[in-house]
Amino acid sequence: MKKILLTLIAALGIATGAHAAEGGIAWDKAPNRTNDTASLQNGAKLFVNYCLSCHSAAFMRYNRLQDIGLTEQQIKDNLLFTTDRVGETMKASIDPRQAKDWFGGNPPDLTVIARSRAGHGGTGADYLYTFLRTFYRDDTKATGWNNLAFPSVGMPHVLWQLQGDRRPVFEEQQSHGHAIQVFKGWQQVTAGTMSPLQYDQAVGDLVNYLQWMGEPAQNTRVRVGVWVLIFLGVFTVIAWRLNAAFWKDVK
Amino acid sequence: MAYREFKDISPNASTGAKAANWLENRFPTAFDAYRVHMSEYYAPKNFNFWYIFGSLALLVLVIQIVTGIFLVMHYKPDAAKAFESVEYIMRDVPWGWLIRYMHSTGASAFFVVVYLHMFRGLLYGSYRKPRELVWIFGCAIFLALMAEAFMGYLLPWGQMSYWGAQVIVNLFAAIPFIGPDLALLIRGDYVVGDATLNRFFSFHVIAVPLVLLGLVVAHLLALHDVGSNNPDGIEIKGPNAPKDEHGHPLDGIPFHPYYTVHDIFGVCVFLFIFSAVIFFAPEFGGYFLEYNNFIPADPLKTPAHIAPVWYFTPFYSMLRAITSEMMYALIACVVLAVGLAVVKGRLPTFVKAALAVVAAVAIALMLSIDAKFWGVVVMGGAVIILFFLPWLDMSPARSIRYRPDWHKYLYGIFVINFVVLAYLGVQPPSVIGERVSQLGTLFYFGFFLLMPWWSRLGTPKPVPDRVTFTPH
Repeated sequence: MKKILLTLIAALGIATGAHAAEGGIAWDKAPNRTNDTASLQNGAKLFVNYCLSCHSAAFMRYNRLQDIGLTEQQIKDNLLFTTDRVGETMKASIDPRQAKDWFGGNPPDLTVIARSRAGHGGTGADYLYTFLRTFYRDDTKATGWNNLAFPSVGMPHVLWQLQGDRRPVFEEQQSHGHAIQVFKGWQQVTAGTMSPLQYDQAVGDLVNYLQWMGEPAQNTRVRVGVWVLIFLGVFTVIAWRLNAAFWKDVK
Repeated sequence: MAYREFKDISPNASTGAKAANWLENRFPTAFDAYRVHMSEYYAPKNFNFWYIFGSLALLVLVIQIVTGIFLVMHYKPDAAKAFESVEYIMRDVPWGWLIRYMHSTGASAFFVVVYLHMFRGLLYGSYRKPRELVWIFGCAIFLALMAEAFMGYLLPWGQMSYWGAQVIVNLFAAIPFIGPDLALLIRGDYVVGDATLNRFFSFHVIAVPLVLLGLVVAHLLALHDVGSNNPDGIEIKGPNAPKDEHGHPLDGIPFHPYYTVHDIFGVCVFLFIFSAVIFFAPEFGGYFLEYNNFIPADPLKTPAHIAPVWYFTPFYSMLRAITSEMMYALIACVVLAVGLAVVKGRLPTFVKAALAVVAAVAIALMLSIDAKFWGVVVMGGAVIILFFLPWLDMSPARSIRYRPDWHKYLYGIFVINFVVLAYLGVQPPSVIGERVSQLGTLFYFGFFLLMPWWSRLGTPKPVPDRVTFTPH
């Protein structure tokens, strides 16, 4: 009984941290181009360079990247950092205990992140696309960063050098008798190495990659599905006429 | 010695005929069964769209078993490996993703088909004499199916799997006296964990499927013993039913080939819709594969809302509707019911006295035991009450076609009520939602418990002697 009570109290205490992305802004639409191999390859490059040091993708094998047009040699030469074997899964190099010390929690696994973050605001890819583009400096936070899609997130803005520093502009409006802050737009404080359009493009590629990685079979699924439905359509017509042929004798 | 005289066959007959003859002499049961259940089983010729769902239910059962067999080859029922093994099936097993989606979509399809199948029973009075036992076996199948789906849902070991199981198993702990020990037995531990996963795996893969198969066989054999009902609700094989010169019912046709070929067409339409979902929308907006379940189970992080899968939500709504406040409404219902029975009922005095005592005890219990327990009772009662339907329906007309028109509207409201309860079960709790689900629960139980009264109201239309059938 004590065990149950303790677990429930602990769960309640940590539950407040589990309200991921509650109270964030509306989500933009992700590019949703999982057939674009160039975009997926660029996304894979960004993922390995920027994300894999802290976030693992423990169910994704390096050699599966051959599905997006890379050869095994290209994968070995350019994308293998934490391991030598191309059949291994993408594991992060960070120590989970240190991560918990530094960030307050172990960075979640990203293999199926594009599937798990879907919700009323849109697809998981929509959320990720918004999330990666709405970081801003916030000195009141431990990491120095905050995010409009996931307020008080424990993750710093990993891509800040590419995007540069931006500040969100809020406007005070009256709603239901009290003042609220409404997000109006961004102000670029310092420039990054990419222009806003280039950055959006790069994040679009990264999100494409995350979307593809969530279900690598998705494009095959749709292609096979078209043939299956065509076959079933034709067969249904045949079955219908066969049925009619038998039943015409029933009075 | 042969049980029967071997039947001879001409030595000039084809090899196929000779092989069939060899088999029939040694296994006449199989051949008799084919005749009794297929080629000589006369089913009413006026089956409509509602009659496909029984065959579809059998099809989905087979789909689940076959896809399940292949999934079990790769799935690991270990809390540390379960989630990973499902992703392994999705990525590394050739066509594993297809088997997985067939199984997850099949689970939801099973409930769609079974709910529609049960509704057909409601519409045409298929549960009435002499088919009460067919209905009872069917309700037992429904209960077993709910257990099977509940335990299967834990296996992917996602956040929703874990926390859904935690919530529902904790409900059993609300039962007085035996509750906590019962919950411990179900879980195998003080919280849902590896022990729970292993025993749910055993039940889901072998125990409950065996029970389901046995019940399905009983359901079909009991049905064939008394013959199928039909949309007009008239008996085609009764003592007064017209027969042809061979003794076959005039309103019947042999199941094979007429309904086998008819069912092939129905199956094709079903498979088209089934495949459209599997290949183009396997998550089905988060209803068939919930988004939260793509996060590995974390005992330390409770999700913002925990809700069961869509097919359990009507009953979940009823569970949530039973608050301490609602208990007073339920007590009022008990008082009203017993009051009416005592004042207006034509029962012997000692029965009335006994009823009053039982009511007093019930009210005392309802005031003393926590509403959470009564929520579990109501949720369970909502399924159990179905078993009693053959004895609640007292309408002179079996099929809705010949009942007073307003009965149709009542059934329509029942369906809308059920769907509204389902929708509310998916949503997080709210003040309006609570009120509506409380009204919905009262309507659901009122529909069944007051049926002996309302089913006799109004004048039924004249029931024909022969089925209504238009040749096509």
